[in-house]
Amino acid sequence: MIADLTRAERTWAMIIVGGLTVIGLAMAVGGRNDLLGVHGWMVMIVGLAGFAMMIRQFDAPEPDPERLQHYYDAPTRAGIILTLIWAVIGMFVGLWVATLLAFPDLTFDAAWASFGRLRPVHTSGVIFGFGGNALIATSYHVLQRTTRARLPDQISPWFVLLGYNLFCVIAASGYMMGLTQSKEYAEPEWYADIWLTIVWVVYFSIYIRTLMRRKEPHIYVANWYYMAFILVVAMLHIINNLAVPISLGSAKSYSLFSGVQDAMTQWWYGHNAVAFFLTSGFLGMMYYYLPKRAGRPIFSYRLSIISFWGITFMYMWAGSHHLHYTALPQWVQTLGMAFSVVLLVPSWASAGNALMTLNGAWHKVRDDAVLRFMALAVIFYGLTTLEGSFMAIQAVNSLSHYTDWTIGHVHAGALGWVAMIVFGSLYALVPTMWKRPKLYSAKLVEVHFWLALSGTLIYVFAMWNSGVTQGLMWRTYSESGALTYSFIDSLVAMHPYYIARAIGGLLFLLGAIVASYNIGMTIRSPIAETSDDAGQDLPAQPALQAGE
Amino acid sequence: MFGLHYNLERNAIGLVLAIVVVAGIGGFIEIAPLFTIDETVEQDADMRVYTPLEVAGRNIYIREGCYACHSQMIRTLRDDVDRYGPYSLAVESQYDHPMLWGSKRTGPDLARVGDKYSDAWNTAHLNNPRDLVPESKMPAYRWLLRNELKTEDLGLHLAALRKVGVPYTDEMIANASIDAYAQANPDTNDAPALAERYGDATHIRMFDGDGARLTEMDALVAYLQVLGKMTDAAYQPDLPEAQ
Repeated sequence: MIADLTRAERTWAMIIVGGLTVIGLAMAVGGRNDLLGVHGWMVMIVGLAGFAMMIRQFDAPEPDPERLQHYYDAPTRAGIILTLIWAVIGMFVGLWVATLLAFPDLTFDAAWASFGRLRPVHTSGVIFGFGGNALIATSYHVLQRTTRARLPDQISPWFVLLGYNLFCVIAASGYMMGLTQSKEYAEPEWYADIWLTIVWVVYFSIYIRTLMRRKEPHIYVANWYYMAFILVVAMLHIINNLAVPISLGSAKSYSLFSGVQDAMTQWWYGHNAVAFFLTSGFLGMMYYYLPKRAGRPIFSYRLSIISFWGITFMYMWAGSHHLHYTALPQWVQTLGMAFSVVLLVPSWASAGNALMTLNGAWHKVRDDAVLRFMALAVIFYGLTTLEGSFMAIQAVNSLSHYTDWTIGHVHAGALGWVAMIVFGSLYALVPTMWKRPKLYSAKLVEVHFWLALSGTLIYVFAMWNSGVTQGLMWRTYSESGALTYSFIDSLVAMHPYYIARAIGGLLFLLGAIVASYNIGMTIRSPIAETSDDAGQDLPAQPALQAGE
Repeated sequence: MFGLHYNLERNAIGLVLAIVVVAGIGGFIEIAPLFTIDETVEQDADMRVYTPLEVAGRNIYIREGCYACHSQMIRTLRDDVDRYGPYSLAVESQYDHPMLWGSKRTGPDLARVGDKYSDAWNTAHLNNPRDLVPESKMPAYRWLLRNELKTEDLGLHLAALRKVGVPYTDEMIANASIDAYAQANPDTNDAPALAERYGDATHIRMFDGDGARLTEMDALVAYLQVLGKMTDAAYQPDLPEAQ
């Protein structure tokens, strides 16, 4: 990492880690009577560790200037490893919280291990840790290959990747200490939010500076999606996190918004975190790795355009379907429902476009588990968006809302779509990134595939059953016109499904561990003797290009 | 149309601007009017504000992630109303920064749980839910009774809440820490001043049953006992919508 930097760049990197150390010190001193101080110490230790590394290697020989003629893949390699680490952490905590719902005393009387504190560690760990690192790592790769340009400078890709992971660590450790804003998927407190904003602005600058230097006339469709992911997440993050800290020495802040306005802002954020983090970004991934692996061009350029702008426009209206029958004004609920239903059109345009791309390559889907991961991801994407539109209809939502059906829906998307497209893409990417002829074991990919599929199905079916049962029990009336079931009756009925759900989660976690082992062994296997450098160099011929 | 796009996708800045504009429309049209249309939130002059102890309790509710399993939003559905009470109005969370409407009912809704159970029941239930409800899935929050409540910065909390729009007076902010102690110790000389500042309906009692220590349990129970009690707007059949 440091050996690739010139002397001047090393100086800049030292200034950055030095600045981070000073910020950490200021937080530690200012927040000495508060949990903010603990995070201050953590930031300071990270800064000092970076500083020590820089000093140790500062006098290493200058790098070969010839490296600037190649793509910059070291940050992608580090990002892939971080993705796998977060996958195992996030899914393990997920399994733990699932088990807590069946056996609540597994908290061991420790506050940090209670359900309410661990749940955001799971959600942030998989969404931001696993998903976010996968997006950053693959976006660097896709961006360079589709523009035929190297990343714009040597430091900022590392700053974004490592800075983002610092945010994830601050977030997860904060939840366990009890630091949270309570806004779902936007739990980290104000100082972590400011840090993420800085990281995100640099991420955007990497993207736009590389696009400006592209050697392809057109910007490939995968980059539209990655761009939308970066831009819209920035909008959502900044607006939803507007808050007033009680003092600069305290982690606690109060949201600028309250009540109904806060609810609408939060679910505008929450639903579009799903849209632009978990959908748009991963569609970008799909639009590159799926056609590459299948060896087929994207089926339709026009469908790509329609689905991209449809998703970008319509998703932003749909957040209010999280607030049906609440104190939110009816007109907003109706708008949210209407757009959620129409949203199925661009969603299925994307899914259909991807499946039609596989036409002529179905034999590869049968034989190659890597491509099968991607194909299955697209199928789950199609099914989950259909289910989402269905659940956004008020009458359906009156049953499904507040129940496990929502949890099942989310996991059909997160396990079936997001995780499968990530694992498929990583399997496709790893041999190229480490210049290995192939993966360590194709058989283990096959094992992972079936673990992931069976885990997802068990999980989703368990939650469908429990959700619908719960919803029906809550609204069942006896002949005398009284509610038939007490709340605790419905909770008792959930117990077997909660155990089944934990088993599904366990299978999925095992799959992620198998993937980590397989990828780790690939990295340790010998380098290809006749190294195919086409994947590494800036090629003369055009890369994958838009259809027309 | 596709010709236009042919040019747009060759222009990085144009593409960026187009994404921001196209994505910005929906949120702007749905959110901005919520701040300007008066009918969005009902008017209630008698709406109370949380006492410092209740604010501290609310922050413990947030810290422990209670919102992950308990909603505070009764929907306008017959079974919701029959089970939990009159449906929630926007005015009832007018001073909730942030709102805690929730999204999941692993446990029951809490919007009107205030005064539904005794302080002793709430304390015992939080300490170990399975002592009272054997089938419960809720964690045992034993540390709430062990932890002394941090009160010295409550004035800062109230001041920050005033900045975002909650009508706390200078006097409330100046006396925040004293008021927190007084609310859980009915025999102190400060209790009458607290009642004067926050209204006669304020609960002043030993929430966790122990007057010697002010614990996190005192704060959380004090908060739970006012849920749904900050205004009686929801019980008035014809609440006048704001003019």
